[in-house]
Amino acid sequence: MERQPDYNQIRKSAHLRRIAGNVAIYGLLALWAVIVLFPFYWMVLTSVKSYSSYNAEHVPSFFTLSPTLQNYADAFTTVPLGQYLINTLIFTVITTLIMVAVITLAAFAFARLEFRGKNLAFTLFLSLMMIPNELVVITNFTTITNLGWRNTFIGLILPSVTSVFYIYLLRENFAQVPDELYYAAKVDGTPDLRYLRKVMIPICRPTLTTIVILKVIECWNSYVWPRLITDDPDYYLVSNGIQEIRENGFGRENIPAMMAAVVVISVPLILLFLIFRKKVMEGVARGGTKG
Amino acid sequence: MKIVLEHLTKKFPSRNKKSRGEVIAVNDFSFEIPDGRLIGLLGPSGCGKSTTLNLICGLQKPTGGKIFFGEDDVTDLPPEHRGVGLVFQNYALYPHLTVKQNITFPLENLRGAEKLTKAEMERRAYDAARLVQLEELMDRRPGELSGGQQQRVAIARALVKTPRVLLLDEPLSNLDARLRLQTREEIRRIQKQTQITTIFVTHDQDEAMSISDLIVVMKEGVVQQIGMPQEVYDNPVNLFVAKFLGTPPINVFRGTVRDGMLYIGKDAVLAVKGAADQEVFAGIRPEGFLLQEDGPLHCALNRIEVMGRDISVVSSHECCEAPAVRSIINAENIVDTSSKTVRFAVRPHKLFLFRKETGERIPFTVE
Amino acid sequence: MEKQNRKGWLYLLPAFIFLGVFMIYPLVDVFVYSFEEGYNSASQTFYDTGMYNYSYVLHDPYFLQAVKNTFILVVITVPVSTGLALLISLALSSIRPLKELFQTVYFLPYVTNTLAVGLVFMILFKKTAYSDGLVNLLIHWFGGSSVDFIDGPYWAKMFVLCFYTVWVVMPFKILILTSALASVNQVYYNAARVDGTSRFRIFRKITLPMISPTVFYLIITGFIGAFKAYSDAVALFGTNLNAAEMNTIVGYVYDMLYGDSGGYPSYASAAAILLFAIVLTITCINLLVSRSHVHYS
Repeated sequence: MERQPDYNQIRKSAHLRRIAGNVAIYGLLALWAVIVLFPFYWMVLTSVKSYSSYNAEHVPSFFTLSPTLQNYADAFTTVPLGQYLINTLIFTVITTLIMVAVITLAAFAFARLEFRGKNLAFTLFLSLMMIPNELVVITNFTTITNLGWRNTFIGLILPSVTSVFYIYLLRENFAQVPDELYYAAKVDGTPDLRYLRKVMIPICRPTLTTIVILKVIECWNSYVWPRLITDDPDYYLVSNGIQEIRENGFGRENIPAMMAAVVVISVPLILLFLIFRKKVMEGVARGGTKG
Repeated sequence: MKIVLEHLTKKFPSRNKKSRGEVIAVNDFSFEIPDGRLIGLLGPSGCGKSTTLNLICGLQKPTGGKIFFGEDDVTDLPPEHRGVGLVFQNYALYPHLTVKQNITFPLENLRGAEKLTKAEMERRAYDAARLVQLEELMDRRPGELSGGQQQRVAIARALVKTPRVLLLDEPLSNLDARLRLQTREEIRRIQKQTQITTIFVTHDQDEAMSISDLIVVMKEGVVQQIGMPQEVYDNPVNLFVAKFLGTPPINVFRGTVRDGMLYIGKDAVLAVKGAADQEVFAGIRPEGFLLQEDGPLHCALNRIEVMGRDISVVSSHECCEAPAVRSIINAENIVDTSSKTVRFAVRPHKLFLFRKETGERIPFTVE
Repeated sequence: MEKQNRKGWLYLLPAFIFLGVFMIYPLVDVFVYSFEEGYNSASQTFYDTGMYNYSYVLHDPYFLQAVKNTFILVVITVPVSTGLALLISLALSSIRPLKELFQTVYFLPYVTNTLAVGLVFMILFKKTAYSDGLVNLLIHWFGGSSVDFIDGPYWAKMFVLCFYTVWVVMPFKILILTSALASVNQVYYNAARVDGTSRFRIFRKITLPMISPTVFYLIITGFIGAFKAYSDAVALFGTNLNAAEMNTIVGYVYDMLYGDSGGYPSYASAAAILLFAIVLTITCINLLVSRSHVHYS
């Protein structure tokens, strides 16, 4: 041996380095967790502080000893928060249902059926994927206005019931189903629609679930289009509702009540996420974009 | 560099959460690997041989026991300070680097007093490449090489730091049969040339027997037998080792020892002095059978397979554990294929007796 | 065969109708709008065609402000969020205990309503007559003087906007990077460890090249997303973004279309097309850069 390394020294320093590394890693992760969670904590905390005690706080306090649910009652009574929630629910459910039907049929046609012009049509579809929403929203606004569909569910829903990206995602999945299954079904005389319903959809359920999850999140949070197309509070979705509360409602002075409304709006999606955590995260990893 | 393993033990928490048990991957392994030898670590998959290798190179920490390289206790030393070279089963070549960059990668990690100049790295990389005959391919990427070439890059990368110990984890399992034969001789040549203590993990007994100085047979984390390949083959300590070594495999019969005589079925096969009366397993190597008109072992003749120099007589016997009894006979013998039965005598040193319950070897002497 | 053809198109029909009405027609129409000068949405008439709308938009101080804001936002948030997400994902993938808990927590902002949670940020940063707000309290603790982040100086507002944008886009980036890191074969790390490679060198020489396609994907989508920033700003500063000097290009488009200064679809169209041109250019540059820096196996 040309050298005699001090093994004890090496062992000790490796051990120390590992501990220091772990402390740094967990420190960083904990710090980010605090940054993520703190707004949620603050929102819940503020929502249970009473109006008077909140306004008496010149220095914000990190906890409250006398929580109250009065703000939640206020949020539902002073503004039609319940109405906003129901509107959003209707909008989300109908939009998602129609969209699933439309994209399933289209994806099936592209993946399975043979017809003239299919390749051309598919190329056209793919090129539409690059078109940003901001470019088409202007004309859609005029179209819906001219049709007299402002402040209606039809006007809210129709422009968002197709998605080129989801058709593409579903078509790719459909195309992976072996051809043999289709031929076997044909030999048995199964009609196409029945084959789609009984074979394709069950096999591709994970992808459909992904699409539904992503669409629900998108619908629940949509703001721009509803803002353009509705100015009657009877048709506000939650995003517009909360903005309205902030600018013209009690949000100007009653912050605890506004936070209560924020909690009510946030809870449904968070619950949905916590229940279907694995599915949501897988789905977003496969087909989501935001940011 | 000799390697000493002292009561080496590795336990994993069981995958099955309910049982909360432990899986013992390596159990109380003690062994001294002499300097400059090639050791074959042999066993079926899941026997703990790869874990043993990972313990030696430091990727895993043992639950108990110690590891020495020479006189140094390296048990708790991180892998980079052990001076080991490791060749992975899938080679683990970095796909985005060229062959040369892959080989120089370990050298670029050296710091302080050990730091090398660019020219020195280049020289060492070419030395290693020459050893495995790769000089021509230095600028290719791993994806452009055949399996055998990738294998040699992996060996060169492991050797470039002149490790004290070279560890090979199933290095041939991803190669086709012809290449495997060629590469194992290559490994033997490189090991002889460099004189680096080498441990070679494999599940292929043929591979281990053909190139190792010593083989270690493992089963379920426990070392069964250590010895030179021929010695282990000729003298297995138990039924497992006897069955694991040799192609075609050993023929195992249910038998009985009564009054110093081994009976297989009704046939009194061999006098086995010193073995107590009991139920046994009798293992007979394929080359242990002799065709004899009046041989004591009666088998039903199934077919003859010609293998050139030898012939293989495939027969069956009701007491045999396997459906077929395989024997290898010199081709000069003539077998009457029309006959329904065939009779064998047995070479005494090719027959081993094992306890029925434990599979342990029962010693006996032949008169 | 004729029947087959008809059936195929029948299945496509709903999608085609919707896309035709709400995507293809508007796409053509937006270009038409952008060249129609003096368009009146009530009478649906215009005087002339030409480049006037573009010229108007390009000379509109509100648009220039929006472009400036958007570029600052992009230049700050894309590198910061991508770098931070990479750091956090690396930390996440090197631990075992509590990993799932952290992943779940980090994902929460993705499923929250941008408008609603933006209000919480506003409360945290806002300075009112009777209270300085929580963030200013922290600044006081560290010996600084308070700043109004919501109605105060430009850079304070820009800071909050960037901070909130990063907060909102992090879940997606962390998720994608963590799964990219998990897909790197562990055997490369083992090989590197046996060779004594330092953590930093493992990251630079092995991890980064192997996940580089994902990183570039995130950078490209990050650029596109950040250029379309709008609702984050609304959540923090209210709908009158021009007054707050915090408008974005998308916000300008919508304001022109509908809102306090609204009713000018031609100007909105011209601005939207300018935005599209900017995004397209940046994306092309990104793709060109990535071609020479990304390792595709």
